[in-house]
Amino acid sequence: MISIKNLQASIEDKEILKGIDLEVKAGEVHAIMGPNGSGKSTLASVLAGREDYEVTGGSVTFENEDLLELSPEERAQKGIFLAFQYPVEIPGVSTTNFLKTAINQVREARGEKALDAVNFLKLMKEKMKLVDIDQSLLSRSLNEGFSGGEKKRNEIFQMAMLEPKLSILDETDSGLDIDALKIVADGVNTLKTNNTATIVVTHYQRLLDYIVPDYVHVLYKGRIVKSGDKSLALEFEEKGYDWIKEEVAAV
Amino acid sequence: MSTDDQILEEFTSKEYEHGWSVDFEADEAPLGINEDIVRFISAKKEEPQWLLDWRLKAFDQWKQMKEPNWANIKYPKIDYQSIRYYSAPKQDKKPQSLDEVDPELLKTFERLGISLQEQKRLTGVAVDAVIDSVSVATTFKDKLSELGVIFCSFSEAVQEHPDLIKKYLGSVVPANDNYFAALNSAVFSDGSFCFIPKGVRCPMELSTYFRINAANTGQFERTLIVADDDSYVSYLEGCTAPQRDENQLHAAVVEIYAAKNAEVKYSTVQNWYPGDKNGKGGIYNFVTKRGICSGDHSKISWTQVETGSAVTWKYPSCILKGDHSVGEFYSVAVTNNYQQADTGTKMVHLGKNTRSRIVSKGISAGKSQNSYRGQVEVMKRAEGARNFSQCDSLLMGDKCGAHTFPYIDIKNKSAQVEHEATTSKIGEDQIFYCQQRGIDEETAVALIVNGFAKEVMNKLPMEFAVEAQKLLALTLEGSVG
Repeated sequence: MISIKNLQASIEDKEILKGIDLEVKAGEVHAIMGPNGSGKSTLASVLAGREDYEVTGGSVTFENEDLLELSPEERAQKGIFLAFQYPVEIPGVSTTNFLKTAINQVREARGEKALDAVNFLKLMKEKMKLVDIDQSLLSRSLNEGFSGGEKKRNEIFQMAMLEPKLSILDETDSGLDIDALKIVADGVNTLKTNNTATIVVTHYQRLLDYIVPDYVHVLYKGRIVKSGDKSLALEFEEKGYDWIKEEVAAV
Repeated sequence: MSTDDQILEEFTSKEYEHGWSVDFEADEAPLGINEDIVRFISAKKEEPQWLLDWRLKAFDQWKQMKEPNWANIKYPKIDYQSIRYYSAPKQDKKPQSLDEVDPELLKTFERLGISLQEQKRLTGVAVDAVIDSVSVATTFKDKLSELGVIFCSFSEAVQEHPDLIKKYLGSVVPANDNYFAALNSAVFSDGSFCFIPKGVRCPMELSTYFRINAANTGQFERTLIVADDDSYVSYLEGCTAPQRDENQLHAAVVEIYAAKNAEVKYSTVQNWYPGDKNGKGGIYNFVTKRGICSGDHSKISWTQVETGSAVTWKYPSCILKGDHSVGEFYSVAVTNNYQQADTGTKMVHLGKNTRSRIVSKGISAGKSQNSYRGQVEVMKRAEGARNFSQCDSLLMGDKCGAHTFPYIDIKNKSAQVEHEATTSKIGEDQIFYCQQRGIDEETAVALIVNGFAKEVMNKLPMEFAVEAQKLLALTLEGSVG
């Protein structure tokens, strides 16, 4: 689905990603772990097309298309979804109104007819059940005054509504208590199909108890220094990140 | 350039949609102003002597007044002798019904999206259409008159209802109130008059549509709304002008009189030509709007969406004279490119337990300057007066300015006055968040701006709200940068 080759990116001339290689196929869940400042969130942002970052080398192919050529909205329209670490507040715009605008622009870009109010509400109801979100939250201004848990749940709800091919969860677990974490993970698991893929970016192993990855990659100083299966994540749980730092230093 | 700036830049490059003009034969006064011009206009309108005298007195007072310079706006000195004070599309005789109106004129309004023919059929909104100096058509007159509602052009009201005009003209905005009001009083050519009798709830929105068409012409219209005891009316005002390189002057006066228990809602969508991207041309909009809540429990509510004009100087105000009367001001002012707006309100609390509410949303983009100027005055006798003011500014890009000038003057200890103000910037984060969900930059900006202005937009009548939303987006098109 997505093929990342030797991806390099910098912000304000500071090199953050120093050559990332990653291959994600449909049906797979990949976890990207690593200490703070290793470039995890940068990778998520670069894939979503945030313009603060300058791609200085490498390539990203998404469904046989050069992803780096596309604007952020085109990437979203083609099925890339980023669950934000810090969801942004938009005063005066309800989640409902926001999603209606988004869905209809995505449909328009795909040459599909806009959803009318009736069908949109139907879709909302269906997805609300799926991620267990309350109607009252959706009529409030987007993310304004939401608790940390509400914000993250709202991200997953948006993901459910937009039905992306590739979902990137950027530290979705940060700031969540265990109950909220379960709800978010349940949502992600429910939405998972053989045709979709997920990249979970996380600092802690605990989210991976609930969203079980097929592969775990460790990002350190802008490079993937270790890849493995779920047991790799458990190793971190026990040893912390220091052993990776030592290992890399020794090379 | 940051993303913010680029989006802003693209957004602002959108052209003014109503910039065309139509050639119809016009009946004009020579350029410039003097006593003869005042007499000429009055004669054209076949006005009674008292009204001519009123105009001449206003003209005398205007000559002795100075143009105000306290507002946060800069513009070249206006040459009052190079303006034409009267221009009327020529019609052979005064039309008796819409069917007799010059088809070219009707077409003009159709291009503006206001089909007068259509309006005739649809219920819901009655329209008085004013081109340059005269009213060309008023719809629904018959239906309204069954209820005793008078809705007609100002000139017609002078002929048909002289007693009402004599009683209320200048009663809220005296002829010598300020420089521009005095000028208007001397040379006003037309406008709308509306009278709602006792106990009548006007069943449809009344609307005046203003259009400046002729070159070098100033527009000086006057609107007078009188709501008798226990009556209600909702009034809409819209305006556009052709795109011209020269600046044109618009100096209007609106007076509202609300008697006991009466309620008047006045909504404006102001879309005068704002000038081009480099600040060339555009309307100078110097308007005096004031309402008096004369009777107890009366209410006047101003809602305005200001997107046009090169320069806006406008402070729709309420004098809360009746006990328990209520004044409201809801405003969205958008400025882009080199536009300048100095707008706000004045709430004067005279009566007991009077309440006022001010919600102002300023949006600045490009190199524009947007100022809120408001005054809350609580007089000695106004026991229990309350005011709440909220002024929010939204900045797009880093070359524009937002300013807030709140004045509070309290002479009664029991008053409760609250003022809240915020300034924010459309964030790159917000735009990126929208984009990540598949929304393009322009739609994202429109969404964010409409969200910011929502509290005010919600106050607009349905018929206007959609148009106003589109207008907001259009005004800012090309402006995120």
